[in-house]
Amino acid sequence: MNKKQQEPLFHIAKRGALPWTKTWAIRGGAVLLALIACALITTFVTGENPLQVYASIWNGSFGTSRKVWVLLQNVAMLLCVSLAVTPAFRMRFWNIGGEGQALIGGLAAAACMILLPGKLPNWAIILCMTLSSVLAGAIWAGIPAFFKAKWNTNETLFTLMMNYVATQLVAYYCVVWESPKGSGNIGIINPNTQLGWFPQIGSYKYLLNILIVAAVCLAMYVYLNYSKHGYEISVVGESERTARYVGIKVDRVIIRTMLLSGAVCGLAGLLLVGSTNHTLTPTIVDGRGFTAVMVSWLAKFNPVWMILTSFLLVFLQRGAGEIATNFGLNQSFGDILTGVILFFIIGSEFFINYRIIFRRKAVKEEGKPHV
Amino acid sequence: MKKIIALLLALVMVFALAACGNAPAAKDDNAPEAKTKTETKTDSPAVKAGFIFLHDENSTYDLNFINAAKEACEKLGVEYLLKTGIPEGQECYDAAAELVDEGCNFIFADSFGHEDFLIQAAKEFPAVQFCHATGTKAHTEGLANYHNAFASIYEGRFLGGVAAGMKLNQMIEEGKITADEAKVGYIGAYPYAEVKSGYTSFFLGVRYICPSATMEVTFTNSWYDPTLEKEGATKLINNGCVLISEHADSMGAPTECEANGIPFVFYNGSAADACPNTFIIASRINWAPYMEYAMTCVKEGKAIDADWTGTIATDSVLMTELNEAAAAPGTAEKLAEVKAALADGSLKVFDTATFTVGGQTLTEYLADVDDMGDFQPDTNVIADGYFHESEYRSAPYFDIDIDGITKIDA
Repeated sequence: MNKKQQEPLFHIAKRGALPWTKTWAIRGGAVLLALIACALITTFVTGENPLQVYASIWNGSFGTSRKVWVLLQNVAMLLCVSLAVTPAFRMRFWNIGGEGQALIGGLAAAACMILLPGKLPNWAIILCMTLSSVLAGAIWAGIPAFFKAKWNTNETLFTLMMNYVATQLVAYYCVVWESPKGSGNIGIINPNTQLGWFPQIGSYKYLLNILIVAAVCLAMYVYLNYSKHGYEISVVGESERTARYVGIKVDRVIIRTMLLSGAVCGLAGLLLVGSTNHTLTPTIVDGRGFTAVMVSWLAKFNPVWMILTSFLLVFLQRGAGEIATNFGLNQSFGDILTGVILFFIIGSEFFINYRIIFRRKAVKEEGKPHV
Repeated sequence: MKKIIALLLALVMVFALAACGNAPAAKDDNAPEAKTKTETKTDSPAVKAGFIFLHDENSTYDLNFINAAKEACEKLGVEYLLKTGIPEGQECYDAAAELVDEGCNFIFADSFGHEDFLIQAAKEFPAVQFCHATGTKAHTEGLANYHNAFASIYEGRFLGGVAAGMKLNQMIEEGKITADEAKVGYIGAYPYAEVKSGYTSFFLGVRYICPSATMEVTFTNSWYDPTLEKEGATKLINNGCVLISEHADSMGAPTECEANGIPFVFYNGSAADACPNTFIIASRINWAPYMEYAMTCVKEGKAIDADWTGTIATDSVLMTELNEAAAAPGTAEKLAEVKAALADGSLKVFDTATFTVGGQTLTEYLADVDDMGDFQPDTNVIADGYFHESEYRSAPYFDIDIDGITKIDA
């Protein structure tokens, strides 16, 4: 080998924009590779037939019509929180407080359900729940936004800490409203009167949630892409200085956008308490506030793509539960598979943005004489 | 590039073939099974059991249930499905409904907060039997297919207290502490009747052996929080407690006790491996007898009791092996003697002669047995000189603060 001419085995170069067919071919390839990697892991670690495991994952979401409804309901709730954090992300404001904002919205809804019966008719209770949840979520997000806009505090830490404050507040009220005494458990609120319960559409328990979130999704898409506010958010996200230069009031945009972000999170909490669970626990949001960050990123902050990414995550999660039941494997095994698949999907973005150039010519030219 | 595309295509095809080839096959495997199940159901009711657990086997509480479920099902030859990690919300209803869809006609849930959602499912599927551990509502809800169960674990805790009392006496005899310093500590989850009944019976067991003993109780307000349980142990040790017991589900407190050389009595399972020098003994509820009973009822088409309370006699209350390295000499013999007295009824845990409330002996006490969410005491539970725990419903309702026990963070 000629040392003078040695160059690295490969180097990385930025790609130009790829046509969408190619980007999706790369993503599809990544999913396939991920499934193959998971199959290998499954076989070596557990000795189960990977194809049966995949069939089981599929059945976890589509096995029965009930499972499809549960899947759609979970997709709707994850999508709702993801939509909520997205406007903030678009302006590069890292709101990782979706969990707390949704939780505080749920707390407000539960408070109305517990305290208002007997004082107001049912429709007024539901109206109060809606207003107070949305307001509570907005306030919870508005506090860090205010500090960011006025004193440029770190929004990531601030919103994260607000999650814990919300969790402790909810834990406190779980003790205040507990039944039976001392148990720290609220149980189903108004089980007999069903006051404050959102109406059920026909025999479909979860249809209302799904329709509401679909409407929010559409509205968010239009707001972000076709409204003046949406444009301002994008400009602030690209460069605050540019935004100031063109006369956008950055402080106002930050606070306004976070209020919106928190309000939609509050709506998610409202749906979880008023429409789905009819109870309140400190874990009712179930980590969706954090998963939403991933959903939003994977979809590149596009509300329509988020339907797909939130579906993907819920599908994997439901599948993980199903294989835990069918194969006697721990739920953690499903989580491992989910992790592997996400690793490949996120990794595929690298190959969409960059290409690897091997030292092909060098090998050809020098390789031949040796052979 | 072409090569890569070709490779990808080949992979897609292989995978598609495999996936398509397998998915229907898998269904075929299941389909006849499911059919025979529904067919046999009409002839003689075959049992298919579904279990719902709050966490997975990493929680000592759920592990105890999971082991019992497997044991009971394998003994009866019953097909079963386990669902772990089901939160106390609508997910519990969904899990129960999915188990019904899978053909289960017996469904069991293990966590207190599951109750309301299980009742919701019980109302929707009257042909399926739903059993719930630790719940309180079966006897007031009036559903023919919804049942509660618990065990007289207060007897087990009393025995744990006896072992602890023996240890205290040993420490007094050896001059390590004076009789006045015989203070035990207790880490409880919530100030809830189930926990209060537990620590009171433990304390009565301690005082049965060591009359000068007192107790301090701290609450974590969580069923599972290793850090808080550890901190609770530290707090109690700093307050001068020389022996510790607990009612929460992690290893936080035992490891702290082992580090400080403080003997302790555990719950749910043995900690002898992790804490060989300080772990004395643990009590636990054995759920297998109840599960066997309930599933046998389903099989034979008999009604299941609305409330079922297992006892020492039904093997529902068990003690782990005594750790001789930590226990006082003679503990095993004493335990056998007390256990026999509890089993034949000559010794009552909540004998009103053994405790006072505000200096007074209780002659009657109204407990909130019918838990309608009103917190209204409704039933006199003291008669014949003792508190009738777990007789009017399976879940404990002893929620009296007796003299000698201090709640330090109340």
